[in-house]
Amino acid sequence: MDEIQSLIQGFSIALSPFNLMLMVIGVLLGVIIGVLPGLGGANGVAILLPLTFTMPPTSAIILLSCIYWGALFGGAITSILFNIPGEPWSVATTFDGYPMARVGKAGQALAAAFTSSFVGAFVAVILITFLSPVVANFALQFGPPEFFSVYLLTFCAFVGMAKGSAMKTITAMMVGFALASVGLDTVTGQLRLTFGQTELLKGFDFLIAVIGLFGIGEILQTLEEGLAFKGAKAKLNLRTVLETWKELPRYWLTSVRSSIVGCFMGVVPGGATPASFMSYGLAKRMSPRGEHFGKGEMEGVVAPETAAHAAGTSALLPMLTLGVPGSPTAAVLLGGLLIWGLQPGPLLFVEQKDFVWGLIASIYLGNVVGLIMVLSAVPLFAAILRIPFSIIAPVILVICAIGAYTVHNSMFDVWLMVIFGVVGYVFKKLDYPFAPLVLALVLGDRAEDAFRQSMLLSQGDLSIFFSNPLVGGITGFALVMLFWPLLSGLKSKG
Amino acid sequence: MVNKEPDLEQVPEVSATSRRSMEIAISIGLLALGLIVVGDSWRIGASWAEDGPQAGYFPFYIGLIICITSLINLIKAFKASADESFVSKKALGLVLTVLLPTIVYVGLIQWLGIYLASTLFIAAFMWRLGGYGLAMIVPISIGVSLLFFVMFEMWFTVPLPKGPIEAMLGLA
Repeated sequence: MDEIQSLIQGFSIALSPFNLMLMVIGVLLGVIIGVLPGLGGANGVAILLPLTFTMPPTSAIILLSCIYWGALFGGAITSILFNIPGEPWSVATTFDGYPMARVGKAGQALAAAFTSSFVGAFVAVILITFLSPVVANFALQFGPPEFFSVYLLTFCAFVGMAKGSAMKTITAMMVGFALASVGLDTVTGQLRLTFGQTELLKGFDFLIAVIGLFGIGEILQTLEEGLAFKGAKAKLNLRTVLETWKELPRYWLTSVRSSIVGCFMGVVPGGATPASFMSYGLAKRMSPRGEHFGKGEMEGVVAPETAAHAAGTSALLPMLTLGVPGSPTAAVLLGGLLIWGLQPGPLLFVEQKDFVWGLIASIYLGNVVGLIMVLSAVPLFAAILRIPFSIIAPVILVICAIGAYTVHNSMFDVWLMVIFGVVGYVFKKLDYPFAPLVLALVLGDRAEDAFRQSMLLSQGDLSIFFSNPLVGGITGFALVMLFWPLLSGLKSKG
Repeated sequence: MVNKEPDLEQVPEVSATSRRSMEIAISIGLLALGLIVVGDSWRIGASWAEDGPQAGYFPFYIGLIICITSLINLIKAFKASADESFVSKKALGLVLTVLLPTIVYVGLIQWLGIYLASTLFIAAFMWRLGGYGLAMIVPISIGVSLLFFVMFEMWFTVPLPKGPIEAMLGLA
C-alpha cells in the first residue's frame, strides 16, 4: 500500500508545530469568513493568498485549505441560526435547519450539521487518498488534446448542470475566457486587448475578480435585504452534542447516500451546490418521514450538509490530479499553486510528493480541528453576526480593498475590484453565474495552451479531439453536456 | 427566504428600473464586449500562420461566442414582459449608500493612505448609518485601522499605501 506510506509521510509534514498552528488559524479565520456576509470561502482565500507568497508552499496550502474547511463549517451556522446561507451550498441546510432553530433545537441542528459535514469530508478525503494517485497515474499519459478535452468537459458540465439559463452560463464563461486572454500572449509575444493601456499589460488577475464579484457584489446584494440580522439563540453544550450523536446513527443510510452523491458531484466540476440540493431531494423522497421535511427534521440537515462537505472536499481531487478545479474556491487554490510555482496536474504526484501528501494529511487533521472548534465555539461565532452592520460592513470593505491592493501592490486593482463588485451585483440579480466566469479566468490560459498545442499537432484539424477512444469519449461526453439543456428541452416538448 | 426588515415589507415597492431593461442593457453591453474582442483578435491575426495558430485565433472564437449568446439573450429579453422589477427605489437607495462612500473611500486611499482613509470610512459609516456617538466611533474606527497597521506593516511586513499622516509620524 503505497498510499498508506505516503499518507504517513504526509502526516509527519502536516503535524509540525508550525503547520498545526496554521491549521488552527486557518479554520478559525475560515469559520469567521463563512459567517460574515460578503466574505465566503472563495474570496476569503483570495484575499489571504497574497500573504502566503513568502511561505513554503505546503504551509501555504495548509493554511488556505483550512480556511476553506472552516468556511464550509461556518456556512451552516448562518443557515441554521439566521436563515442566511453563508455559501450557495448551505441553502438547502436552511430548509430544515432554521425551522429546528425556531423551535429551540438550534443546538441539535448545529451539532448534526457539523458532524455530518465532518462525515462527508472524511469520506471524500478517503476517496482522495486512494483514488487520486490512480487518476494522476492514468493522466500521466495525457497529451494536449486529452487535457483540452478535459477542460472542455469541465466547462460543458457547467452548461449541462446549470439551473438557470444555458446562454447566460455560456456568456459568463466566455467573458471569463476573454478577460483571461487580455495582456501579453506568452506564445507569440503579442499584446492582446490592451489598447495601449499599461495597466492592462499584466492582464486581469482572477483574485481581483473573485474579491470584487464575491465580496463587494455580495455585500451590495445583502444590503437590499435590509441592514439587520435577526437570529435564533444557540446553546450548544456537551450534553446536546452527545444527545445528537446518539440520534445520528439512525440516519446512516442518508449519510452514506449523501456522501456518495457529494463525492460524485464534487469530482464532476461545478457540483457542490447541486449536490446539496440533490441529496436533500433524495433524502426527502426516500425517508419514511419525508413529508415532515421542511418543518425541522434532523435528517433534512444531515443530507445537504454531508453532501456539500463531501463535494467541497472532493473538488480537490480533479484540481490536484488534472489541474481542473471542481469549485470556485478550488479554482482560487489552483491559482495559488501556480503563484507558488507549482504545476498542478498529474506530475504533481511525482515531483511534489511532500506537497501533495502534506495537503491530503492536512485535510484529515483540518477537519478534526474544525469539528472540535465549531462544536466548542458556536456562541462566539454567532456573536460575530450580532455586530451591527454599520460597523461590520465598512470593515469588510476595507479588508476587500486591502486584499485587492496586496495582489500586485496596485491601486488600479482596487478600482477594478469596485467595478467587478458592481458588475457582480448586476450579474447576480440577472442570474449570470460567477463560478464559470472565475473558472474560465483561472483556466483560460491553460485551456488555450492545450488547444493551441493540439492544433499544432494536428495542423489545425479539429478531428484530433476524436483521434482515439479516450479523447473522443471525453469530447463526446462534453458535447452531450453542452447540448443537454437543448436535448432535455426538446424531450419535454415532444 | 432571507430576513427582511419589517418596514421594507409594509411599504409598497416602487421600482427603480425593470428587470427587462436591465437584461437588455447588459446584453447590449456584453455584445459590445464581444465585438471588441472579435475586432482586436482580428487585428492581431486570428487565422493560421506558418508556425501555428496566431495570437488572436482562440480569443476570436471566444468573442464570437459572446456575440452570439448575448444576441440570443437580447432577443429573449425583448420578448419578456416588463412587469418584473430589477430593483426597488428603496433597495437601490440602500445599495448606493454603501457603494458611493466606497468609491469615495478608494479615491481617498490615493491621497491619504489606506489607514487614514479606512479610519474616516468606518467613522462615516458608523455615524451616518449606525447613528453612533463619538464615544463609539473614535475608538472603533481608529482601533480597527491600528490593528490593520500592526498586522500588515509589522506582522506580515506587507507595505500598504501611506499618506501624510504616516509621513508626519515618520512611519512611511
